[in-house]
Amino acid sequence: MNDLLTGIETAFLLILTADPEILDITSRTLTITFMSVLISTICALPLGTFIAFTEFRGKTTLISIIQTLYALPTVIVGLVCFMLLSRSGPLGFLGWMFTPYGMVFGQAILIIPIMTGLTITALQMIDPLITDTIRSLGATRVQFVKTHIREARFAIMAAIIVGFSRAISEVGTAIMVGGNIKGHTRVLTTAISLQTSMGNFSLSLALGLILLAIALIINVCMGYVQSR
Amino acid sequence: MFRKHALGFVALFVFAILLCGEVSADSAHALGEHDAHRLLIGTTTSLDATKVLDTLADMFERENNVDVQWVAVGTGQALEYGRNCDVDLVMVHDREAEDTFIEQGYGVDRRVFGYNYFLLVGPENDPAHVSGMNGTAAFAAIQKAAQNNPAIIFVSRGDNSGTHSREKLLWKEAGYDYTSINSSPWYREAGAGMGQTLAMANELSAYTLTDSASWATYQSNLSLVPVVENDNAFMNVYAVMRVNDAVCPQVNTEMAKKWINFMISDKVQDLLQSYGSEKNGIPYFNPGRGNASVMGVSDAETKMLLG
Repeated sequence: MNDLLTGIETAFLLILTADPEILDITSRTLTITFMSVLISTICALPLGTFIAFTEFRGKTTLISIIQTLYALPTVIVGLVCFMLLSRSGPLGFLGWMFTPYGMVFGQAILIIPIMTGLTITALQMIDPLITDTIRSLGATRVQFVKTHIREARFAIMAAIIVGFSRAISEVGTAIMVGGNIKGHTRVLTTAISLQTSMGNFSLSLALGLILLAIALIINVCMGYVQSR
Repeated sequence: MFRKHALGFVALFVFAILLCGEVSADSAHALGEHDAHRLLIGTTTSLDATKVLDTLADMFERENNVDVQWVAVGTGQALEYGRNCDVDLVMVHDREAEDTFIEQGYGVDRRVFGYNYFLLVGPENDPAHVSGMNGTAAFAAIQKAAQNNPAIIFVSRGDNSGTHSREKLLWKEAGYDYTSINSSPWYREAGAGMGQTLAMANELSAYTLTDSASWATYQSNLSLVPVVENDNAFMNVYAVMRVNDAVCPQVNTEMAKKWINFMISDKVQDLLQSYGSEKNGIPYFNPGRGNASVMGVSDAETKMLLG
């Protein structure tokens, strides 16, 4: 109980005093998360659109596999990325191990399946009446896809928000690939994990509250874009 | 409709691109530094938790054009990073694992820079009555007493760290097979770092093995007390060695050698002698200089590297 109250107090203190280390960690967290969400969006939206609008053998199986990957444990993603990016691994030549690059790579692998899957669902949820109408009006294939994306834009936006939320809150990949190096790859979640392991529970809680506050701000901004 | 959003999307995109720039600048920095200007150390957690590495890195960076970074993990994982060529140096405390690492050809230029002691901590009422015993006798007494007293629990790091290795060795020296100890109901594997393991032992009123530096760092939050300390079997020697450039050509050998010599230099040894004394009355780490026989290592392992 004591830790709870001091945690909340610490959070406000850290924010109000603009603690330089916390600012540094927070801006790094945002940079890495935005990068991974951007890359994942560029990969997942076209991929999801393609899968949703193309008929091919094994489509249902593929969608099931994508949806199964929602449950990918972050530590496993971290481990696989570690094996790939380690200097002794196949992508070792990139030199991404223990760098923010590697963290972006890991987070992208983690959230691409979610964003792809949710994009497919968003496009498949569109009222068949609309689909029929568009088709009967003689739309070209490009117009057809464009109209569908416009209809599903809120659900697609939600896919991006879910991807963002999973990326900013995951710790397994960040700690395995980034290594939680102070001033270099330490982000909010890995800092929380470190402070917890050191028994500084109230500081951990404070960092958690800061993370949630950021997520709230991002969600409000997204909501604003949606309402326009 | 779409056009109205277009502006927003463009703004978002530009923002994202700007962020990209920032990350790649940051990483390009890191990548550029990978060869000559970055020294990456895989270290045991106690050196990080006591903040001594922060001080040492500042000192070293002032004299050398290099960015010192470290990944704080257990000894087992630090050596694994070395085997994968992902770190330039390791700072660890597990003689047996270090010897294997060197024999396998991964580690070279091992130097011993300091030591402290392990200690057995437990609940104040000491239900196994081990207070004042020597190390191995205390372990044997805990095992025996736990057979008919369910209040006796031992919490283990269980994470292949240097502390965990020593604990396994102590069970062996006390005459037990670790596999049978490990499957006993009174034995709990935390699978966690020292801070968390101590917190767990504290909650369970259990015994656990810890090192004096971590104990000094964490003890203020705990109601556990040291029951066995300053035992010769509890000597805890810290060593530094570089990852062999013959096996891992990418490592920063030049800086790694400088760091090793830096660690056993007089100024670092002087610093270790006093570091933590103000806060705890005793230093976190005793200097290795002149203490080769105390630590049970050869003189050569406390001497500067040449060339």
